[in-house]
Amino acid sequence: MARAREPLNFAEQLERLEEIVRRLEGEELDLDAALKLFEEGVERLRQARERLTAAEAQVKQVLADQAGNVRVEDLDG
Amino acid sequence: MGEILDLFAGVSPEGAWTVTQVTRRARAVVEAGLAPLWVRGEVSGFKAWQSGHWYFGLRDRTAQLRCVMFQKDNRRLPAPPADGMQVFVFARPTLWEEKGEFRLTVLDLLSTEAGGLWQVAFEKAKAALTKDGLLDPARKRRLPRYPRRIAVVTSPDGAALRDIIAVTTRRWPVAELLVVPTRVQGDGAEGEIRGALALVTRLQGLDLVIIGRGGGSREDLWTFNHERVARAVAALPVPVISAVGHETDVTLCDLVADLRAPTPSAAAEAATPDAAEVLVDLDHLGARLARGLAARSSRVAERLDRGFDRLTGVLERRLERHRQALAGLAGRLDALSPLRILERGYALARDEQGRVLKRVAQFTPALPFRLRVTDGTVAARVTES
Repeated sequence: MARAREPLNFAEQLERLEEIVRRLEGEELDLDAALKLFEEGVERLRQARERLTAAEAQVKQVLADQAGNVRVEDLDG
Repeated sequence: MGEILDLFAGVSPEGAWTVTQVTRRARAVVEAGLAPLWVRGEVSGFKAWQSGHWYFGLRDRTAQLRCVMFQKDNRRLPAPPADGMQVFVFARPTLWEEKGEFRLTVLDLLSTEAGGLWQVAFEKAKAALTKDGLLDPARKRRLPRYPRRIAVVTSPDGAALRDIIAVTTRRWPVAELLVVPTRVQGDGAEGEIRGALALVTRLQGLDLVIIGRGGGSREDLWTFNHERVARAVAALPVPVISAVGHETDVTLCDLVADLRAPTPSAAAEAATPDAAEVLVDLDHLGARLARGLAARSSRVAERLDRGFDRLTGVLERRLERHRQALAGLAGRLDALSPLRILERGYALARDEQGRVLKRVAQFTPALPFRLRVTDGTVAARVTES
Protein backbone atom coordinates (compact mmCIF):
# COMPACT_ATOMS: atom_id res chain seq x y z
CA MET A 1 0.00 0.00 0.00
CA ALA A 2 1.32 3.43 -0.83
CA ARG A 3 0.65 5.31 2.36
CA ALA A 4 1.81 8.77 3.31
CA ARG A 5 5.10 8.22 5.05
CA GLU A 6 5.31 11.44 7.02
CA PRO A 7 2.63 13.94 7.98
CA LEU A 8 2.63 16.75 5.45
CA ASN A 9 0.90 20.05 5.99
CA PHE A 10 -2.10 20.77 3.83
CA ALA A 11 -0.19 22.76 1.23
CA GLU A 12 2.45 20.05 0.81
CA GLN A 13 -0.24 17.40 0.73
CA LEU A 14 -2.07 19.14 -2.09
CA GLU A 15 1.13 19.82 -3.96
CA ARG A 16 2.02 16.13 -3.82
CA LEU A 17 -1.48 15.22 -4.96
CA GLU A 18 -1.22 17.55 -7.95
CA GLU A 19 2.16 16.09 -8.81
CA ILE A 20 0.72 12.57 -8.69
CA VAL A 21 -2.12 13.53 -11.03
CA ARG A 22 0.29 15.20 -13.44
CA ARG A 23 2.53 12.15 -13.50
CA LEU A 24 -0.37 9.79 -14.02
CA GLU A 25 -1.62 11.94 -16.87
CA GLY A 26 1.68 12.64 -18.51
CA GLU A 27 4.46 10.22 -17.84
CA GLU A 28 5.15 6.85 -19.38
CA LEU A 29 4.70 4.58 -16.41
CA ASP A 30 4.40 0.85 -16.14
CA LEU A 31 1.13 -0.37 -14.70
CA ASP A 32 2.67 -1.22 -11.36
CA ALA A 33 4.10 2.30 -10.84
CA ALA A 34 0.83 3.83 -12.02
CA LEU A 35 -1.14 1.78 -9.54
CA LYS A 36 1.19 2.74 -6.71
CA LEU A 37 0.82 6.42 -7.57
CA PHE A 38 -2.93 6.05 -7.82
CA GLU A 39 -3.14 4.46 -4.42
CA GLU A 40 -1.01 7.16 -2.84
CA GLY A 41 -3.16 9.79 -4.54
CA VAL A 42 -6.36 8.29 -3.19
CA GLU A 43 -4.90 8.18 0.30
CA ARG A 44 -3.76 11.80 0.15
CA LEU A 45 -7.10 12.86 -1.24
CA ARG A 46 -8.82 11.15 1.67
CA GLN A 47 -6.55 12.86 4.21
CA ALA A 48 -7.01 16.27 2.61
CA ARG A 49 -10.79 15.95 2.66
CA GLU A 50 -10.66 14.85 6.25
CA ARG A 51 -8.64 17.89 7.22
CA LEU A 52 -11.10 20.19 5.54
CA THR A 53 -14.21 18.64 6.98
CA ALA A 54 -13.22 17.30 10.38
CA ALA A 55 -10.92 20.03 11.66
CA GLU A 56 -11.78 23.43 13.09
CA ALA A 57 -9.59 26.51 13.00
CA GLN A 58 -7.61 26.92 16.18
CA VAL A 59 -7.11 30.26 17.92
CA LYS A 60 -4.16 30.73 20.24
CA GLN A 61 -2.48 33.59 21.97
CA VAL A 62 1.22 34.38 21.82
CA LEU A 63 2.83 35.94 24.86
CA ALA A 64 6.36 36.60 26.01
CA ASP A 65 7.17 35.81 29.62
CA GLN A 66 9.60 37.79 31.78
CA ALA A 67 12.54 35.73 30.61
CA GLY A 68 11.65 36.65 27.02
CA ASN A 69 10.46 33.16 26.10
CA VAL A 70 7.62 32.82 23.64
CA ARG A 71 4.55 31.10 25.05
CA VAL A 72 1.62 29.96 22.95
CA GLU A 73 -1.59 29.23 24.80
CA ASP A 74 -5.24 28.77 23.99
CA LEU A 75 -7.17 31.98 23.76
CA ASP A 76 -10.03 32.22 26.21
CA GLY A 77 -13.44 32.91 24.77
CA MET B 1 -2.62 86.77 43.45
CA GLY B 2 -4.75 87.73 46.32
CA GLU B 3 -3.23 91.03 47.36
CA ILE B 4 -4.92 94.18 46.23
CA LEU B 5 -2.44 96.75 44.94
CA ASP B 6 -3.04 100.38 44.75
CA LEU B 7 -2.54 101.10 41.07
CA PHE B 8 -1.69 104.68 41.88
CA ALA B 9 0.89 103.92 44.59
CA GLY B 10 3.57 103.35 41.96
CA VAL B 11 3.52 106.93 40.74
CA SER B 12 6.06 107.88 43.41
CA PRO B 13 9.23 106.10 44.54
CA GLU B 14 7.72 105.63 48.00
CA GLY B 15 5.01 103.47 46.57
CA ALA B 16 7.25 101.41 44.27
CA TRP B 17 6.07 97.90 43.37
CA THR B 18 8.27 94.91 43.62
CA VAL B 19 9.24 93.07 40.42
CA THR B 20 7.15 90.18 41.46
CA GLN B 21 4.15 92.42 42.02
CA VAL B 22 4.50 93.86 38.53
CA THR B 23 4.97 90.57 36.72
CA ARG B 24 2.15 89.00 38.63
CA ARG B 25 -0.09 91.93 37.85
CA ALA B 26 0.96 91.94 34.21
CA ARG B 27 0.26 88.25 33.93
CA ALA B 28 -3.21 88.75 35.37
CA VAL B 29 -3.89 91.56 32.95
CA VAL B 30 -2.65 89.57 29.95
CA GLU B 31 -4.59 86.46 30.87
CA ALA B 32 -7.75 88.40 31.57
CA GLY B 33 -7.50 90.45 28.41
CA LEU B 34 -6.46 87.72 25.97
CA ALA B 35 -8.44 84.52 26.20
CA PRO B 36 -6.95 81.41 24.52
CA LEU B 37 -6.94 82.09 20.79
CA TRP B 38 -5.66 80.94 17.43
CA VAL B 39 -2.54 82.70 16.18
CA ARG B 40 -0.83 82.28 12.85
CA GLY B 41 2.82 82.88 12.12
CA GLU B 42 6.13 81.48 11.01
CA VAL B 43 8.12 79.13 13.25
CA SER B 44 11.65 80.23 14.10
CA GLY B 45 14.36 79.09 16.47
CA PHE B 46 12.63 75.79 17.21
CA LYS B 47 14.18 73.77 20.03
CA ALA B 48 12.99 70.54 21.63
CA TRP B 49 14.29 70.12 25.14
CA GLN B 50 15.32 66.93 26.87
CA SER B 51 12.17 67.25 28.98
CA GLY B 52 10.12 66.89 25.80
CA HIS B 53 8.90 70.50 25.89
CA TRP B 54 9.16 72.54 22.71
CA TYR B 55 10.37 76.17 22.61
CA PHE B 56 10.14 78.31 19.53
CA GLY B 57 9.37 81.73 18.20
CA LEU B 58 6.39 82.69 16.13
CA ARG B 59 6.85 85.73 13.96
CA ASP B 60 5.61 87.75 11.09
CA ARG B 61 7.22 90.68 9.28
CA THR B 62 7.23 93.02 12.22
CA ALA B 63 6.80 91.14 15.47
CA GLN B 64 7.73 88.03 17.35
CA LEU B 65 6.17 85.91 20.11
CA ARG B 66 7.90 83.43 22.38
CA CYS B 67 6.08 80.10 22.51
CA VAL B 68 6.26 76.98 24.61
CA MET B 69 4.43 73.75 23.92
CA PHE B 70 4.63 71.31 26.78
CA GLN B 71 5.28 67.60 26.29
CA LYS B 72 1.78 66.66 27.49
CA ASP B 73 0.38 68.70 24.60
CA ASN B 74 2.95 68.11 21.87
CA ARG B 75 3.08 64.33 22.22
CA ARG B 76 -0.18 64.06 20.29
CA LEU B 77 1.54 65.56 17.28
CA PRO B 78 3.26 63.30 14.73
CA ALA B 79 6.30 65.53 14.32
CA PRO B 80 7.71 68.86 15.44
CA PRO B 81 7.32 71.84 13.13
CA ALA B 82 10.36 72.98 11.22
CA ASP B 83 11.77 76.50 11.22
CA GLY B 84 10.19 78.60 8.52
CA MET B 85 6.97 76.60 8.56
CA GLN B 86 3.74 78.57 8.55
CA VAL B 87 1.59 77.33 11.41
CA PHE B 88 -1.59 77.97 13.32
CA VAL B 89 -1.33 77.62 17.05
CA PHE B 90 -4.11 77.55 19.57
CA ALA B 91 -2.51 79.19 22.61
CA ARG B 92 -3.03 80.83 25.92
CA PRO B 93 -1.20 84.18 26.10
CA THR B 94 0.58 84.53 29.40
CA LEU B 95 3.58 86.03 31.07
CA TRP B 96 6.41 83.95 32.34
CA GLU B 97 7.11 85.64 35.62
CA GLU B 98 10.63 84.28 36.26
CA LYS B 99 11.84 85.88 33.07
CA GLY B 100 9.32 88.61 32.80
CA GLU B 101 8.67 87.28 29.35
CA PHE B 102 5.45 87.50 27.44
CA ARG B 103 4.71 84.27 25.72
CA LEU B 104 2.17 81.83 24.31
CA THR B 105 1.50 78.51 25.94
CA VAL B 106 0.66 76.49 22.84
CA LEU B 107 -2.04 73.85 23.24
CA ASP B 108 -2.39 72.76 19.65
CA LEU B 109 -0.45 73.34 16.47
CA LEU B 110 -1.46 72.92 12.83
CA SER B 111 0.74 73.32 9.84
CA THR B 112 -0.64 75.30 6.94
CA GLU B 113 1.16 72.98 4.55
CA ALA B 114 -1.09 70.55 2.69
CA GLY B 115 -2.23 67.90 5.15
CA GLY B 116 -0.52 69.60 8.03
CA LEU B 117 2.16 68.20 10.25
CA TRP B 118 0.78 64.70 9.80
CA GLN B 119 1.31 64.88 6.11
CA VAL B 120 4.76 66.36 6.58
CA ALA B 121 5.78 63.58 8.94
CA PHE B 122 4.17 60.97 6.70
CA GLU B 123 5.97 62.18 3.60
CA LYS B 124 9.26 62.34 5.44
CA ALA B 125 9.00 58.75 6.68
CA LYS B 126 7.72 57.59 3.30
CA ALA B 127 10.67 59.19 1.56
CA ALA B 128 13.06 57.40 3.92
CA LEU B 129 11.33 54.04 3.25
CA THR B 130 11.35 54.67 -0.49
CA LYS B 131 15.03 55.48 -0.40
CA ASP B 132 15.69 52.08 1.16
CA GLY B 133 13.57 50.36 -1.48
CA LEU B 134 10.96 49.20 1.02
CA LEU B 135 8.05 50.46 -1.09
CA ASP B 136 9.29 48.79 -4.26
CA PRO B 137 6.40 46.79 -5.76
CA ALA B 138 8.92 44.08 -6.70
CA ARG B 139 9.35 43.40 -2.98
CA LYS B 140 5.76 42.21 -2.64
CA ARG B 141 5.62 38.51 -1.91
CA ARG B 142 2.91 36.11 -3.05
CA LEU B 143 0.58 34.97 -0.31
CA PRO B 144 0.64 31.24 0.43
CA ARG B 145 -2.32 29.39 -1.13
CA TYR B 146 -3.04 27.16 1.81
CA PRO B 147 -1.69 28.84 4.94
CA ARG B 148 -1.65 27.01 8.23
CA ARG B 149 -0.07 29.22 10.90
CA ILE B 150 -1.28 32.80 10.69
CA ALA B 151 -0.09 35.40 13.20
CA VAL B 152 -2.53 38.23 13.94
CA VAL B 153 -1.02 41.41 15.37
CA THR B 154 -3.82 43.52 16.76
CA SER B 155 -5.63 44.68 19.86
CA PRO B 156 -6.86 41.67 21.87
CA ASP B 157 -10.27 43.19 22.53
CA GLY B 158 -11.07 44.99 19.32
CA ALA B 159 -13.66 44.24 16.67
CA ALA B 160 -10.77 43.64 14.27
CA LEU B 161 -9.70 40.46 16.04
CA ARG B 162 -13.28 39.24 16.37
CA ASP B 163 -13.84 39.72 12.64
CA ILE B 164 -10.60 37.98 11.67
CA ILE B 165 -11.38 34.99 13.88
CA ALA B 166 -14.95 34.75 12.57
CA VAL B 167 -13.97 34.89 8.89
CA THR B 168 -11.07 32.48 9.24
CA THR B 169 -13.07 29.94 11.21
CA ARG B 170 -15.83 30.03 8.61
CA ARG B 171 -13.55 29.72 5.59
CA TRP B 172 -10.46 27.76 6.46
CA PRO B 173 -10.54 25.10 9.20
CA VAL B 174 -6.94 24.20 8.49
CA ALA B 175 -5.78 27.50 9.96
CA GLU B 176 -4.11 28.03 13.28
CA LEU B 177 -4.45 31.66 14.34
CA LEU B 178 -1.74 32.92 16.65
CA VAL B 179 -2.93 36.17 18.18
CA VAL B 180 -0.13 38.50 19.22
CA PRO B 181 -1.89 41.10 21.36
CA THR B 182 -0.78 44.71 21.38
CA ARG B 183 -2.24 48.12 21.94
CA VAL B 184 -2.74 49.84 18.60
CA GLN B 185 -3.15 53.45 19.65
CA GLY B 186 -2.19 55.88 22.35
CA ASP B 187 1.03 56.53 24.19
CA GLY B 188 3.48 53.68 23.92
CA ALA B 189 1.50 51.82 21.26
CA GLU B 190 4.37 52.20 18.79
CA GLY B 191 6.79 50.39 21.08
CA GLU B 192 4.23 47.70 21.88
CA ILE B 193 3.57 46.99 18.23
CA ARG B 194 7.25 46.72 17.51
CA GLY B 195 7.54 44.31 20.45
CA ALA B 196 4.69 42.24 19.04
CA LEU B 197 6.35 42.16 15.61
CA ALA B 198 9.61 41.05 17.21
CA LEU B 199 7.68 38.23 18.87
CA VAL B 200 6.21 37.26 15.49
CA THR B 201 9.66 36.79 14.00
CA ARG B 202 10.33 34.15 16.65
CA LEU B 203 7.29 31.99 15.84
CA GLN B 204 8.07 28.65 14.20
CA GLY B 205 6.47 27.46 11.00
CA LEU B 206 4.64 30.70 10.33
CA ASP B 207 3.01 31.10 6.89
CA LEU B 208 1.48 34.56 7.06
CA VAL B 209 0.99 37.67 9.23
CA ILE B 210 -2.07 39.89 9.45
CA ILE B 211 -1.58 43.27 11.12
CA GLY B 212 -4.56 45.49 11.60
CA ARG B 213 -7.07 47.44 13.56
CA GLY B 214 -10.56 48.73 13.14
CA GLY B 215 -11.28 52.19 11.83
CA GLY B 216 -10.27 55.29 13.73
CA SER B 217 -9.31 58.89 13.35
CA ARG B 218 -6.10 59.82 11.61
CA GLU B 219 -4.52 60.36 15.00
CA ASP B 220 -5.66 56.88 16.08
CA LEU B 221 -4.07 55.34 13.03
CA TRP B 222 -0.84 57.24 13.50
CA THR B 223 0.95 54.40 15.28
CA PHE B 224 1.01 52.59 11.94
CA ASN B 225 2.69 55.55 10.26
CA HIS B 226 5.77 55.45 12.44
CA GLU B 227 8.76 54.77 10.32
CA ARG B 228 10.10 52.24 12.79
CA VAL B 229 6.80 50.30 12.80
CA ALA B 230 6.81 50.29 9.00
CA ARG B 231 10.39 49.02 8.96
CA ALA B 232 9.54 46.24 11.41
CA VAL B 233 6.63 45.19 9.18
CA ALA B 234 8.84 45.24 6.08
CA ALA B 235 11.39 43.06 7.86
CA LEU B 236 8.97 40.23 8.67
CA PRO B 237 10.21 36.95 7.19
CA VAL B 238 6.80 35.86 5.85
CA PRO B 239 4.17 37.66 3.74
CA VAL B 240 2.13 40.33 5.55
CA ILE B 241 -1.40 41.58 5.00
CA SER B 242 -2.09 45.00 6.47
CA ALA B 243 -5.58 46.18 7.29
CA VAL B 244 -4.98 49.44 9.07
CA GLY B 245 -6.05 52.40 7.06
CA HIS B 246 -9.32 53.36 5.49
CA GLU B 247 -10.23 53.60 1.86
CA THR B 248 -8.82 57.11 1.80
CA ASP B 249 -6.11 57.02 4.46
CA VAL B 250 -3.29 54.70 3.57
CA THR B 251 -0.74 54.14 6.31
CA LEU B 252 2.93 53.39 5.84
CA CYS B 253 2.27 49.98 7.33
CA ASP B 254 -0.19 49.36 4.47
CA LEU B 255 2.38 50.51 1.95
CA VAL B 256 5.18 48.20 3.06
CA ALA B 257 2.89 45.17 3.50
CA ASP B 258 2.69 42.55 0.76
CA LEU B 259 -1.05 43.12 0.51
CA ARG B 260 -3.27 45.88 1.76
CA ALA B 261 -6.82 44.98 2.77
CA PRO B 262 -9.54 47.59 3.36
CA THR B 263 -10.80 45.96 6.57
CA PRO B 264 -9.71 43.23 8.98
CA SER B 265 -12.45 40.93 7.58
CA ALA B 266 -11.15 41.51 4.07
CA ALA B 267 -7.64 40.71 5.30
CA ALA B 268 -8.83 37.36 6.67
CA GLU B 269 -10.60 36.62 3.36
CA ALA B 270 -7.48 37.43 1.39
CA ALA B 271 -5.41 35.28 3.73
CA THR B 272 -7.45 32.10 3.42
CA PRO B 273 -8.98 30.00 0.66
CA ASP B 274 -12.59 28.94 1.03
CA ALA B 275 -12.67 25.31 2.22
CA ALA B 276 -15.84 24.68 0.17
CA GLU B 277 -14.01 25.69 -3.01
CA VAL B 278 -10.97 23.64 -2.11
CA LEU B 279 -13.24 20.62 -1.63
CA VAL B 280 -14.50 21.12 -5.19
CA ASP B 281 -10.87 21.31 -6.35
CA LEU B 282 -10.21 18.07 -4.52
CA ASP B 283 -13.11 16.44 -6.36
CA HIS B 284 -11.59 17.51 -9.66
CA LEU B 285 -8.22 16.14 -8.64
CA GLY B 286 -9.88 12.87 -7.64
CA ALA B 287 -11.57 12.62 -11.04
CA ARG B 288 -8.31 13.33 -12.83
CA LEU B 289 -6.61 10.74 -10.68
CA ALA B 290 -9.13 8.09 -11.69
CA ARG B 291 -9.02 9.11 -15.37
CA GLY B 292 -5.24 9.13 -15.23
CA LEU B 293 -5.12 5.59 -13.99
CA ALA B 294 -7.77 4.42 -16.49
CA ALA B 295 -5.90 6.02 -19.37
CA ARG B 296 -2.66 4.56 -18.11
CA SER B 297 -4.02 1.02 -17.80
CA SER B 298 -5.76 1.11 -21.18
CA ARG B 299 -2.51 2.29 -22.69
CA VAL B 300 -0.74 -0.61 -21.02
CA ALA B 301 -3.41 -2.99 -22.36
CA GLU B 302 -2.98 -1.56 -25.84
CA ARG B 303 0.70 -2.02 -25.59
CA LEU B 304 0.20 -5.60 -24.48
CA ASP B 305 -2.11 -6.15 -27.46
CA ARG B 306 0.40 -4.67 -29.83
CA GLY B 307 3.10 -6.82 -28.25
CA PHE B 308 1.03 -9.91 -28.64
CA ASP B 309 0.35 -9.15 -32.29
CA ARG B 310 3.98 -8.62 -32.92
CA LEU B 311 4.87 -11.84 -31.19
CA THR B 312 2.39 -13.89 -33.19
CA GLY B 313 3.69 -12.27 -36.35
CA VAL B 314 7.22 -13.21 -35.52
CA LEU B 315 6.22 -16.75 -34.69
CA GLU B 316 4.24 -17.12 -37.85
CA ARG B 317 7.01 -15.81 -40.00
CA ARG B 318 9.42 -18.13 -38.30
CA LEU B 319 7.08 -21.09 -38.77
CA GLU B 320 6.66 -20.21 -42.41
CA ARG B 321 10.39 -20.18 -42.87
CA HIS B 322 10.58 -23.59 -41.24
CA ARG B 323 7.85 -24.88 -43.44
CA GLN B 324 9.70 -23.77 -46.52
CA ALA B 325 12.89 -25.28 -45.25
CA LEU B 326 11.10 -28.53 -44.57
CA ALA B 327 9.63 -28.52 -48.04
CA GLY B 328 13.06 -27.99 -49.58
CA LEU B 329 14.49 -30.68 -47.42
CA ALA B 330 11.73 -33.05 -48.43
CA GLY B 331 12.53 -32.39 -52.07
CA ARG B 332 16.14 -33.12 -51.49
CA LEU B 333 15.32 -36.29 -49.57
CA ASP B 334 13.05 -37.38 -52.39
CA ALA B 335 15.80 -36.90 -54.93
CA LEU B 336 18.09 -39.06 -52.87
CA SER B 337 15.56 -41.88 -52.52
CA PRO B 338 17.00 -45.16 -54.03
CA LEU B 339 13.62 -45.93 -55.49
CA ARG B 340 14.03 -42.93 -57.76
CA ILE B 341 17.39 -44.34 -58.88
CA LEU B 342 15.90 -47.78 -59.55
CA GLU B 343 13.27 -46.08 -61.60
CA ARG B 344 15.99 -44.95 -63.91
CA GLY B 345 16.93 -48.63 -64.60
CA TYR B 346 19.44 -49.40 -61.91
CA ALA B 347 19.12 -52.55 -59.78
CA LEU B 348 20.12 -53.21 -56.21
CA ALA B 349 21.64 -56.61 -55.31
CA ARG B 350 21.32 -58.02 -51.77
CA ASP B 351 22.39 -61.43 -50.44
CA GLU B 352 20.06 -63.72 -48.51
CA GLN B 353 20.85 -61.77 -45.39
CA GLY B 354 19.79 -58.52 -47.08
CA ARG B 355 23.34 -57.10 -47.24
CA VAL B 356 23.88 -54.94 -50.28
CA LEU B 357 26.34 -56.45 -52.72
CA LYS B 358 28.43 -53.67 -54.12
CA ARG B 359 31.71 -55.34 -55.23
CA VAL B 360 32.62 -58.18 -57.60
CA ALA B 361 34.39 -60.04 -54.77
CA GLN B 362 31.14 -60.34 -52.92
CA PHE B 363 29.64 -62.38 -55.76
CA THR B 364 31.13 -65.82 -54.95
CA PRO B 365 30.32 -68.67 -57.42
CA ALA B 366 26.77 -70.04 -57.17
CA LEU B 367 25.78 -67.37 -54.61
CA PRO B 368 22.08 -66.85 -54.59
CA PHE B 369 21.04 -63.22 -54.32
CA ARG B 370 18.08 -60.98 -54.98
CA LEU B 371 17.86 -58.09 -57.35
CA ARG B 372 15.64 -55.19 -56.41
CA VAL B 373 14.40 -53.45 -59.52
CA THR B 374 11.94 -50.61 -59.71
CA ASP B 375 8.78 -52.71 -59.57
CA GLY B 376 9.87 -55.73 -57.51
CA THR B 377 12.47 -58.31 -56.59
CA VAL B 378 13.96 -60.99 -58.79
CA ALA B 379 15.77 -64.15 -57.52
CA ALA B 380 19.23 -64.66 -59.11
CA ARG B 381 22.41 -66.73 -58.80
CA VAL B 382 26.04 -66.22 -59.80
CA THR B 383 26.92 -68.56 -62.68
CA GLU B 384 30.56 -67.73 -63.16
CA SER B 385 32.87 -65.06 -61.95
